[in-house]
Amino acid sequence: MKQKYLPLTATILIFLLSYALCIAQYPNMLSTRVIGNLLTDNAFLGIAAVGMTFVILSGGIDLSIGAVIAFTGVFLAVVLEQTSIHPLAAFALVLVITTLFGALMGAIIHHLEMPAFIVTLAGMFLARGMAFVLSIDSVPIKHPFYATLKSLYFKLPGGGRITLIGGLMMLVFAAGILIAHRTRFGTNVYALGGGTATAKLMGVPVASTTVRIYALSGLLAGLSGIVFSLYTSAGYSLAAVGVELDAITAVVIGGTLLTGGSGFVAGTLVGIFIQGLIQTYITFDGTLSSWWTKILIGLLLFAFILLQKGIIRLSRNGRQPA
Amino acid sequence: MQTSSDNILSAVRIEKGFPGTKALDKVDFHLRRGEVHALLGENGAGKSTLIKCLTGAYRRDGGSILLDGAEVDPRDTFDAQRLGIGTVYQEVNLLPNLTVAENLFLGRQPRRFGMVDTRTMNRKARELLAEYELDLDVTRDLASYSVAIQQVVAIARAVDLSGKVLILDEPTASLDAHEVAMLFRIVRRLKARGLGIIFITHFLEQVYEISDRITVLRNGQLVGTRDTSDLNRRDLIAMMIGRELAAEIHSTRTETTEGRLRYRFRNYGRRGRINPFDLDVRAGEVVGIAGLLGSGRTETAEVLFGARRADSGSAEIDGQSVDLSSPRAAIRKKFGFCPEDRKTAGIVGDLSVRENIVLALQARRGWTRPISRAEQNRLADHYIRALDIRTADREKPIRLLSGGNQQKAILARWLATEPEFLILDEPTRGIDVGAHAEIVRLIESLREKGLSLIVISSEIEELVAYSTRVVVLRDRSHVAELGGDRITAHQIVEAIAAANQREAS
Repeated sequence: MKQKYLPLTATILIFLLSYALCIAQYPNMLSTRVIGNLLTDNAFLGIAAVGMTFVILSGGIDLSIGAVIAFTGVFLAVVLEQTSIHPLAAFALVLVITTLFGALMGAIIHHLEMPAFIVTLAGMFLARGMAFVLSIDSVPIKHPFYATLKSLYFKLPGGGRITLIGGLMMLVFAAGILIAHRTRFGTNVYALGGGTATAKLMGVPVASTTVRIYALSGLLAGLSGIVFSLYTSAGYSLAAVGVELDAITAVVIGGTLLTGGSGFVAGTLVGIFIQGLIQTYITFDGTLSSWWTKILIGLLLFAFILLQKGIIRLSRNGRQPA
Repeated sequence: MQTSSDNILSAVRIEKGFPGTKALDKVDFHLRRGEVHALLGENGAGKSTLIKCLTGAYRRDGGSILLDGAEVDPRDTFDAQRLGIGTVYQEVNLLPNLTVAENLFLGRQPRRFGMVDTRTMNRKARELLAEYELDLDVTRDLASYSVAIQQVVAIARAVDLSGKVLILDEPTASLDAHEVAMLFRIVRRLKARGLGIIFITHFLEQVYEISDRITVLRNGQLVGTRDTSDLNRRDLIAMMIGRELAAEIHSTRTETTEGRLRYRFRNYGRRGRINPFDLDVRAGEVVGIAGLLGSGRTETAEVLFGARRADSGSAEIDGQSVDLSSPRAAIRKKFGFCPEDRKTAGIVGDLSVRENIVLALQARRGWTRPISRAEQNRLADHYIRALDIRTADREKPIRLLSGGNQQKAILARWLATEPEFLILDEPTRGIDVGAHAEIVRLIESLREKGLSLIVISSEIEELVAYSTRVVVLRDRSHVAELGGDRITAHQIVEAIAAANQREAS
């Protein structure tokens, strides 16, 4: 088997193994209901994590995601409360804003040669701050269109429901996989992760690719914000704190190299599932503190970093002779 | 001056200045269709500046470039590539994390319905590489192949993109003999297809093997262009360094077994790195280590110095059993080691020449007993003078020095510890001819002082010049030892070849 599939395979095996263990203890966890809820509950995180996967594949990082989600939620709540524009128009408007916001960060990272960490950290404070400017309170969304959207679902045999937002996440993942592996833009993202200087020498349009990567991340963070507002029916400036870290975790557990250039969008989906599964298990158990989620995920993350280190070392020694 | 239409690329009166220096002074360069043209000169002669002007990496200050008779003005390397000038560098400029096929077709992947058509791309990649005698799994990451193969992939990409002029900048520096032969076969084939090929290298044997004409630069000026067949080696070196080396490299070996036996290694080795070997080294002896790249040369040095702990065998110095399990232990026993890759393993670029020179001595004394500044200055000045390290002053950051002078500074670092056993791994790699001869002289003078030296080199003539004994390696084993009259380039090549034939059969 090719080495680059090793982390992904490990992730899938860990997921299947832990799911099997869960089922052994709580056979009910095999129901489509649980699976449907897994999708719905993690929809906003999954959508944001797709954007994060592209960013990390290119060797960057985007810390602004959680703040952008909160901003999006507050923006929608305030706009829907104070104006009479249709939610769909508000969605379009907020997506344009977050996409431009991401593109701007990408442009700064490229043209001012600033580390993505610092630029997106600034972006995080900026977005969170803007959310506070709009409202410091939790603003409920009572628009009837929201109720309509929330009532849409596809019924699975066994009583499970694929909600609109759960389905949307799967669509975003499918699109992400297609973009990563079947477009020139996708290859360019991997190329940047392999080495910006070399990529430039090989004719990769570094500037436009960087801008597009962060624009994509901004777009998906905005979409994630919309999903989050549908999920919670409210906008709150203190919501979604630390979601960017959960997204990074999902990406790394999904087998993407934190240094960029290697990984799969599909892996991130499995990373999301693993996180969701741990949470579900704790819910089923009922006695465990929810902090166990964090502890288990922390251990898992650590294990994956070690695995990646090992693989890098192997691939360095394992070159084929001429 | 030749301006006939068989020139595919002509550079006329190219000028380029940097603050304080004139890097290129009205240099003419003409490349014919279907020739391999070696571009030579010492470090700092202006080779890379000329190449960078041709490929648009630098903007020239004056002069014109004619490609196929039409004036061109590449704005950047990408533009030059589009015009037909492709470049392949020593460090392969491809992306190790992409597949071979993606590397070949990056930016121009075949598409169907807006999506990359991976299957067509892989098929085309296989077809392209078949022209270069390569049958690879193009869906594997580039990193899973050797540097030589990566080099060929880089050439295939460059030729496929440009197709008129191919510039090879030190392509053979990290290849072994077989790989060089493979590369040259490909170069000859491209030449037959009518490409103009510019070949830059430090290896003069390779210049004579592959090139049709030679252009020599010195101090930013054109010295001349000659047909390779009309230019003998001595004249070429004279053109390059502007002074006759008394004898390019001459053997001063007289007696071979002077000095008493000091170092005995028995059954010494480390699993997976180097198979157990026996080695005796006398005082006042230079033991050369020959072998192809990957045969275990550097591994031998690392085990001897304790950089990798030996897991079998014993070491004795003057009959006493000693422990050489770490570089610290080895340094205490007066060992010194100049590693092969001085950029990553040797120099500390931002420290001054002085600081680099005293580093090993200070390390041996321990940080609680600092060397006084006056003593540091004295040591640095002594070795700068003794080894003729060319630097403005001892406080200059070492990264600003040329390769040969960096190498000498590293030698000085170990000489300052007054070693009795010195291991030099490729001491002359990547340095110019003048510095080369000086290093060879230095090795001989150290031997005369009674040091025991182990010198690893891929330049066989060089080994012949200074070795009192040559150990030949193959496949991580010591397979032969040559001494006395048997140390000739011919014998060493035979020994390596014989070893490899056994391997093949």
